[in-house]
Amino acid sequence: MTLDATTLPVIFAGLMGLSILLYVILDGFDLGVGLLFPLSTPEERDRMIASIGPFWDANETWLVLAIGILLVAFPTAHGTILTALYLPVAVMLIGLILRGVAFEFRAKAPLPHKVSWDRAFFAGSLMSSTSQGFMLGMYVMGLEWTLFNVGFALLTAGALTVAYSFIGAAWIILKTDGALQIKAVSWARGGIWGMALGLGAVSLATPFVSSRIYDRWFSFPEVVLLAPLPLMSLALIVLLWVALRHLPTKGDHFAWFPFAGATTLMVLGFFGMGYSFYPFIVPEQLTIYEAASSPESLKIILVGALFVLPMIIGYTVLSYTVFRGKAINLSYDWDR
Amino acid sequence: MDTFLLSRIQFAANISFHILFPTITIALGWVLLFFRYRFAVTKDTKWMDAYMFWVKVFALSFALGVVSGITMSFQFGTNWPGFMEAVGNVAGPLLAYEVMTAFFLEAVFLGIMLFGARRVPPWLHITATFLVAFGTTMSAFWILVLNSWMHTPQGYELRDGVVHATDWFAIIFNPSMPYRLGHMLLASGLTVAFLIAGIAAFRRLIGDRADSTLTQLRFGLTLGAVLIPAQIIMGDLHGLNTLGHQPAKVAAMEGNWDTGPNVPLVLFAIPDEDARTNHAEIAIPNGASLILKHSPDGVVPGLNDFVAEDGTVMHPPVAPVFWGFRVMVGTGMAMLALSWGGAFLMWRRGAGSLPRPFLFATTGMAFSGWLATLAGWYVTEIGRQPWLVTGVLTTEAAVGDVAAPMVMATLMAYLATYLALMIAYIGVIFHLAKRAAAGKRPTREEPRDAPIAVPAE
Repeated sequence: MTLDATTLPVIFAGLMGLSILLYVILDGFDLGVGLLFPLSTPEERDRMIASIGPFWDANETWLVLAIGILLVAFPTAHGTILTALYLPVAVMLIGLILRGVAFEFRAKAPLPHKVSWDRAFFAGSLMSSTSQGFMLGMYVMGLEWTLFNVGFALLTAGALTVAYSFIGAAWIILKTDGALQIKAVSWARGGIWGMALGLGAVSLATPFVSSRIYDRWFSFPEVVLLAPLPLMSLALIVLLWVALRHLPTKGDHFAWFPFAGATTLMVLGFFGMGYSFYPFIVPEQLTIYEAASSPESLKIILVGALFVLPMIIGYTVLSYTVFRGKAINLSYDWDR
Repeated sequence: MDTFLLSRIQFAANISFHILFPTITIALGWVLLFFRYRFAVTKDTKWMDAYMFWVKVFALSFALGVVSGITMSFQFGTNWPGFMEAVGNVAGPLLAYEVMTAFFLEAVFLGIMLFGARRVPPWLHITATFLVAFGTTMSAFWILVLNSWMHTPQGYELRDGVVHATDWFAIIFNPSMPYRLGHMLLASGLTVAFLIAGIAAFRRLIGDRADSTLTQLRFGLTLGAVLIPAQIIMGDLHGLNTLGHQPAKVAAMEGNWDTGPNVPLVLFAIPDEDARTNHAEIAIPNGASLILKHSPDGVVPGLNDFVAEDGTVMHPPVAPVFWGFRVMVGTGMAMLALSWGGAFLMWRRGAGSLPRPFLFATTGMAFSGWLATLAGWYVTEIGRQPWLVTGVLTTEAAVGDVAAPMVMATLMAYLATYLALMIAYIGVIFHLAKRAAAGKRPTREEPRDAPIAVPAE
């Protein structure tokens, strides 16, 4: 394989896809925890924050990498997509700002202000989740601001928000125990339909937006080869639903299952979308080959990425290992 | 107002808000490493107290820096798509290297640095602190490489209006990079020095008698006194570098209209771009020639050289550059006076008996680094106009096609958010200072060094 104008765009589209997927899973549970704030008591909130405190910063960085690769590897697409999504992007950014700073302020501001920062944390998480879902919907519909498309985007906005709250609840099931864990199981039961609805809506809508995508899925033999994708998703949703009826178990077995299941669902959904839209980066308008930067610049980045990405993955694993197990309330102290 | 102007204001607002926090975290990371190291070596809890206090400020500043930085990365696409389309082949890899070598390093090890102290061995905690400090500095390095390249581009060729990289060594080590990087790192050091001194002085003023507070006051003033002369030298070198590569910027900084020898150093004036002259000028004869050319009859470039035959102005707007420069230098002089005055007083009377007016002044200067840094960035960035990338791309050519009311609406939302966060940030720092001081007053009954139960997160 040579690194040139045909292979490099594919590699970078893959890297960008990986970053987006990691972001959606990792910051998905951070945002989900924020979305669950109104349902929890102040004491529970401290523990919920503790379960994501050491990770959220790095999790959010995957979004920076994803948008960075879009910016760097596909500059024309970057401009087209982001100017089309101008307002939802602004809502998301302000949401991410509120969410990120509320993390710090809620613990450091005077105690009477803590409730307000908790509200800001929820509001920020909600703004980020809904705007990301909205952008997903608009992207699927080809970035055209028509009434129908906006309606569809509002549907995906709601669905992704509930899906994030589901993976957030799944994370809390994994990282806590006792009353909070039991509560999280009931949150997850309430949230699983959002995951199903979101996956279903996007899966059903995409083939009808473009005949090209329709043919990719429903011509023979693709329809048979691809059948496992929706079937596995369906089976996983059923399994998750069954598991949530029995959790938490004695000895805390299977506490990992909802999170693993939610992650797998997101991966499956992501591959489905990737298959639908390839080779387009701006749906039906611009392919990854047309939008890519010059091969020389991409090679420079790729060399760095091959060195650095394994290191990033290495120390990310280190961090999750250091903070493995059930979350305890966080503290900066080192001597007691 | 049109989309172009609004987009510029929005970008200026975002990057001004953003730079405040890296300016603190870049140097504070190294200061924390120093505190952490001193505690490991001396086992004296005053260093741990200092670390514990400033690590909270670091975490807060870091969070604000991260979230406002994310805004920046999206702004390129939402408001300035022409930038990446024209120079993406150079800017892209530099930004990618920043994300890959700095952002993840900082973000991952910040978790261990903040919350891992009881979970990892001390050497790993110190290493994590080091890697966070190193990461913030790497981040500063890459972004200043890109910014410097926009001022003094080289190592590229233009094909069909698109920049293609030809020599990465030349791009990274472009002529203004070493000066800009040095100037910014020192600015960060000074900002942190005066912040630490200012907050410690505030704690002394409200009756905090802890050893640690005194150590912080001494540390901040000493660091300031050491760094300020270095910054003055570095600023001068940077100015001479700018004179060589961007003479129009220097002409605007000096408020000098006509090229010639024996140019005075203008201390005060009201530059008038329409009449192309200064009003109410107070100046030192030959001063600018002496500073810039080290000779009274040295020839200094004037703004009128940068007006095309048809009257098109190709130099930056004069007043903001002129004033920004004076605010920066003025703040620097105040820093010099305060830190050297403080060093003298500490030498004569000891840090424990600094006079109250001096402590008030030090508290007042707590955020002086921000003022100088912002003023300096305005000088250099407005001073680059009308270019976005000098000689390659004008700012106007890069702006995106977004409806003006939309830019206006988002601008208002950002400004409201930033204003609220600024108030909260400064308020919380003083709140933390009061809370830390509360346990350290000798009038209280509890022992002076009793640990205060403060939930960290």
